[in-house]
Amino acid sequence: MNERAIRPDPRDPSPLRIDEALVRKMLVGFLRDETAKARVRRVVLGVSGGVDSAVVAALAVEAFGAENVLALYTPYRTSSRHSRTDARAVAERFGFALEEVPITAQVDAYFAEAGGDVADRIRIGNKAARERKSIEYDRSWPDGLVLGTSNKTELLLGYGTQFGDMACALNPVGDLYKTQLRELAAHLDVPRRIIDKAPTADLWVDQTDEGELGFTYADADLLLYHMVDRRLRPDELIAAGFDADLVRRIRERVRRSHYKRVMPLIAKVSLRTIGHDFLYPRDWEED
Amino acid sequence: MTIRIAIAQCAPAIGAFKRNMELHIDWIARAKRERADLVVFPELSLTGYYVKDLAGDVACAADDRCLEPLVAASREIDVMAGFVERSADARLHIAEGYWHQGRLVHVHRKVYLPTYGIFDDGRYFGAGERFETFESAAGRAGIAICEDLWHVSVPYLYAAGGASVVFCPSASPGRGVAEGGDLGTAESCRLMDRFYAQYLTVYVVFANRVGHEDGIGFWGGSEVVAPDGTVVARAGEFEEQLLVADIDPALVARERARNPLLRDEREDLVLRTLSARLGLGSPRERDTRANEGLRRP
Repeated sequence: MNERAIRPDPRDPSPLRIDEALVRKMLVGFLRDETAKARVRRVVLGVSGGVDSAVVAALAVEAFGAENVLALYTPYRTSSRHSRTDARAVAERFGFALEEVPITAQVDAYFAEAGGDVADRIRIGNKAARERKSIEYDRSWPDGLVLGTSNKTELLLGYGTQFGDMACALNPVGDLYKTQLRELAAHLDVPRRIIDKAPTADLWVDQTDEGELGFTYADADLLLYHMVDRRLRPDELIAAGFDADLVRRIRERVRRSHYKRVMPLIAKVSLRTIGHDFLYPRDWEED
Repeated sequence: MTIRIAIAQCAPAIGAFKRNMELHIDWIARAKRERADLVVFPELSLTGYYVKDLAGDVACAADDRCLEPLVAASREIDVMAGFVERSADARLHIAEGYWHQGRLVHVHRKVYLPTYGIFDDGRYFGAGERFETFESAAGRAGIAICEDLWHVSVPYLYAAGGASVVFCPSASPGRGVAEGGDLGTAESCRLMDRFYAQYLTVYVVFANRVGHEDGIGFWGGSEVVAPDGTVVARAGEFEEQLLVADIDPALVARERARNPLLRDEREDLVLRTLSARLGLGSPRERDTRANEGLRRP
């Protein structure tokens, strides 16, 4: 029994530790149960060479067997060559086949046709993320489900493309902070190089998550843990020693990105409205 | 003489009553093969837990024909199972029934409906208003459905009402995966089970479900804890299991002889203190006044 009180302390990352074996059991059970309810036995996911998709792939192989996991590596022309090497290393470690589907032609054709600003790397990045997801959904037809790989840190910070990398049918890792996901990755025996490398969306050359966000995952995760999981208010976090500017920036990111984490709004006009007062479990089963 | 209790740590489907009834009949047969005197199913075992707007669709009266298979099965083994009860005045309740020798002998309606965090019971269900004990295969008993047990007064009232066993059918979601090898919820539940069992000198029978509903996993870990605080049997986590435990009703008497907490309990002081707090006056004065009134010619 854990008899030590958990206190908010920016120098103490121990509250983020998880019981990896228990989490692994819970997530494999989640994947099996939730696909069984949808009456599918096959899953599709994008494997990027990063640690998040490596963990989801490992869990999926454990849940369904490698033959029921379709893993897609979908490079754009600016993708790092290390991403391919790492994606292949994950496939080799967990014994699933990795299929490569380049997306350069369609993304570039779209921007050329649309006369878009191809120098706008945010637009290209979002387009690439949605292109990848449209391929995953296509390849899931007619008997598979698309697995998501967004972690809790990305989801809370809104650091992802809506209907792009954030889209999925089931997400086994969305309640794990990046730090916790790395811990689970080590437990699952994901290659060390992949766990230790700088996280990147790899949407443009030399992009790194932490460079773009302006803070580290280690700092953000601990702050988010106390803010979200343990419900501390910003003033309480600052009083506990967390950097006031970081608290304000992260709180604002969470607030501004909340639209990405909920279903689209439906204007209520009738007596009973989807999402408002027509509330059924998603796992609604037949008798 | 020992009594054998079987706990059906199963994974009901959500909104699929007929399928769940088949599942019950199957697990009842397994419990009979284990020569159990009683089989206990978790909270809302016939309907699934997070039914939301399906609550009305899967509801039935406690004497509805759709429960007939349990009535029939109970001619050979006592059965405790969970369903959505539609009362005569059309309220929906989270209910747990007890069937014995072809008869429904007791229904408990969940009193404490958690409506916070991941729970929304209060939106869909009406609250029960009674804590009554009844005669079960394992002795005088009370039923505390999941959240009911988290309120200290509930097992207390049952023990005060003569129960020697408290059944806790549950749909407890697993959460809190901090380092240390145990779920936060599991730790809390085990602490409660043991504390109530030992300090109220009763058997606590915790029957939790497994499986997932909308991404939430129920953790299982069903257990039977004896009045001396020992764990008679405990099921695994996140896996279906028919847990069988032999309980010894005589142990209750032995523990109460050794540790007569209930004998010495001042229920009158509890009542007087609460009455004063609620502005109801002293129960003794009230009783006296009422008696005098009756005696008047």
